[in-house]
Amino acid sequence: MNRFAALLDALLFTPSRNGKLRLMKEYFATVGDPERGWALAALTGELVFGAAKPNQVRALAAARVDPELLEWSYDFVGDLAETVSLILPEAAGPEIPIPSLAEIVEQLKRASRDEVGRLLEPWLDALDATGRWALLKLVTGSLRIGVSARLAKTALAEWGGVGVDRIEEIWHGLIPPYRPLFDWLEGRLPAPETGDLPNFCPLMLAQPIEDSELEGLEPGDYLAEWKWDGIRVQLAARAGDRRLYSRSGDDIGAAFPEVLAAMPAEVTLDGELLVLRDGEVASFNDLQQRLNRKIPTSKLLQDYPAAVRLYDILREDAQDLRGLSFAERRRRLELWYAREARSGLDLSPLVPFTSWDELRELRNGARELGIEGLMLKRAGSTYVSGRPKGPWFKWKRGALTLDTVLMYAQRGHGKRSSFYSDYTFGAWHGDELVPVGKAYSGFTDEELRRLDRWVRNNTVQRWGPVREVSPQIVLEISFDSVHRSTRHKSGVAMRFPRIHRIRWDKPVREADSLEVLERLLT
Amino acid sequence: MSAPRPEVWIKATSAGLYCEPGSFYIDPLRPVPRAVITHGHGDHARPGNDQVLATPGTIAIMRERYGEAAGGSLQALSYGETVISGDVTVRLVPAGHVLGSAQVVLEYRGSRIVVSGDYKRRPDPTCAPFELCTCDVFITEATFGLPVFRHPPDIQEIDKLLHSLGLFPDRCHLVGVYALGKCQRVLALLRRAGYEEPVYLHGALTKLTELYERLGVRLGPVLPLTGVAREALKGRIVLAPPSAIADPWSRRLPEPVVALASGWMRVRQRAKARGVELPLVISDHADWDELTATIDEVGAEEIWVTHGREEALVHYATKKGYRARGLALVGFEEDE
Repeated sequence: MNRFAALLDALLFTPSRNGKLRLMKEYFATVGDPERGWALAALTGELVFGAAKPNQVRALAAARVDPELLEWSYDFVGDLAETVSLILPEAAGPEIPIPSLAEIVEQLKRASRDEVGRLLEPWLDALDATGRWALLKLVTGSLRIGVSARLAKTALAEWGGVGVDRIEEIWHGLIPPYRPLFDWLEGRLPAPETGDLPNFCPLMLAQPIEDSELEGLEPGDYLAEWKWDGIRVQLAARAGDRRLYSRSGDDIGAAFPEVLAAMPAEVTLDGELLVLRDGEVASFNDLQQRLNRKIPTSKLLQDYPAAVRLYDILREDAQDLRGLSFAERRRRLELWYAREARSGLDLSPLVPFTSWDELRELRNGARELGIEGLMLKRAGSTYVSGRPKGPWFKWKRGALTLDTVLMYAQRGHGKRSSFYSDYTFGAWHGDELVPVGKAYSGFTDEELRRLDRWVRNNTVQRWGPVREVSPQIVLEISFDSVHRSTRHKSGVAMRFPRIHRIRWDKPVREADSLEVLERLLT
Repeated sequence: MSAPRPEVWIKATSAGLYCEPGSFYIDPLRPVPRAVITHGHGDHARPGNDQVLATPGTIAIMRERYGEAAGGSLQALSYGETVISGDVTVRLVPAGHVLGSAQVVLEYRGSRIVVSGDYKRRPDPTCAPFELCTCDVFITEATFGLPVFRHPPDIQEIDKLLHSLGLFPDRCHLVGVYALGKCQRVLALLRRAGYEEPVYLHGALTKLTELYERLGVRLGPVLPLTGVAREALKGRIVLAPPSAIADPWSRRLPEPVVALASGWMRVRQRAKARGVELPLVISDHADWDELTATIDEVGAEEIWVTHGREEALVHYATKKGYRARGLALVGFEEDE
């Protein structure tokens, strides 16, 4: 357990992706089975057991330490799991054996929620503070260490010298602690056979393209379709089993039972998950209501009905279609849909065109809800996972812009930790500035240096890593859309805000008002 | 005649702790005619007092830091020796905090008060170890006066640093350290762990490190950072004051792993908030266990708490049956 705890601790503090990869690779290389397999399961979110409630943990601590000291400590530390892990006395001596992660997981999997407390006690005694913290994070739910399942799999793939897609393809046929997987990656056995399972096919993604780059392309080589503003998903059904995968290969079926129920048999489809009401695409904000919930309530299901708009077909009756051209796959998709049409699934239509100018007009005219722009797909392109350069492009419609005023700046992370690189900006509401969003991209390194210097010289107040600056700089923000939000004081939230230009020249009084932003609400 | 009540002869004033029959202050907050200084940190040893009494180590540090302003006259008192001031006998005994640090042992008409200053109980290769001194009243610090503060063995933290250096050999390791004490202790601990490579120092750390060397503390090869090419710092350890680690200054270093050596690093949110990637829990203060053990061992009836998280330690001492109170002295910093 100590090695696993040290890994979690280091991952939490390491901001860079490469640093995290290196830490995980070192762990897989130096820790044996089944320990590392359970660690992989924890990192990929595949460990499931009845989680302990925070109150159980608090009661455990209150039974052993002065409750007043516990409260003062909790006030100071701010996180219950951490307070408890730090406040318990150190292990009585080396005679208490330290439990392995494998022992802990195997016992927790068999335990009911009420038994968890009793199990925890001797472990908390045996572990040091970092070990206790890791244990309490494990039993109270999510780890929150900034590692996605995809990143953990990438580390595993790099360590094993295989492509991460090879791992994704067999992942859902494997169970923790993944001994056959490690046997394969260490060259002792061939790749595990996962048989008839609805495995994830890693997605093919598109490169962004600008108007100016289009002229180099031959319109006749491409097919166009709308780029819908939802989340990319994959439906996979095989041998009676059905899965709904996110773009990173996470199984999100439980959150969208109506989509699972609508899923046909023996096929793998690529599409966009949307909230659809009578065929009309609802805003991304509506979809967000569903994405926030792991298990939806019946009211949520009724108010925000989800459906999938199909782009592509990857497997049909156990036949892999990914080697076919996009035009051929599209034909197969349409034929398949003609037989299998059902509610909850519809086809994303192709957009016919003969010239780029014609297509540009279509794109600019499409201000309706749910369209982010156009997808351009080379008719002859096979389905290749990742983001190959050339076959597929996303051509987003022009962004919206707003002139705002810089209000607060915060230090960045990792390479940017010495820079004030996260900016909160506001719009006028009468004579008052109201914060309307936050951006940390869109500027050059040179502009960042200049902004950083300006922030340091124009700070009026500081709160920890945040500085309030005197309102003197206009930031022109570009964003994809704007929605109602109860989370922000302004009542609105932008999607994908980034700094378009820094208007050193513009007087702040000429920045836009909140009312301008509200008129852009979708 | 029975011994005098402590509050009769030692008082918490706006200028700091004042010993009336001896007419001197201990670690005064503003210039006074007569001061006893426990150790050289800036919040305890301030410049401008007329007469100063301190250990030879502390006086050397004050001279290095303040030059002429260190005080009108500086009187050195070695550990264990006594001096009489008015009706009060003063003795300085090691506090184990930094080089020269002392507890102040005061005796007046059969009553003994010990002022701990800042202290720690565990061994430190750069200074004399804490010496336990029984007393009637123990006036203690409480910087880490919460039971969540329990410092791990320092060598374990140094191993963490060396492990990271092995894992990221192309990155510079920037360690934030307080200029007096922590800097030199980290150097000494690195040497004990077998690290013999030169360590690079931020300019603000060189004077005191050289002073430690002159006073006989061996710290191994150190080099100034000025003029060193960025490339040459890959895989090297650089020490800098905590304030510099997130400063524009740090941009000259190649992809630094930012570490900070401090007792506060025990709390993850504190470390995260400071942008620290490698927290090293190395403290020159007593942790909770040391604070409470010391209270029990000095055999005092009364415990006064000067600065830090007073309420928790007062609560603990009261529950254990001591007469305890917080003095709410201001002016002491949380930095270490």
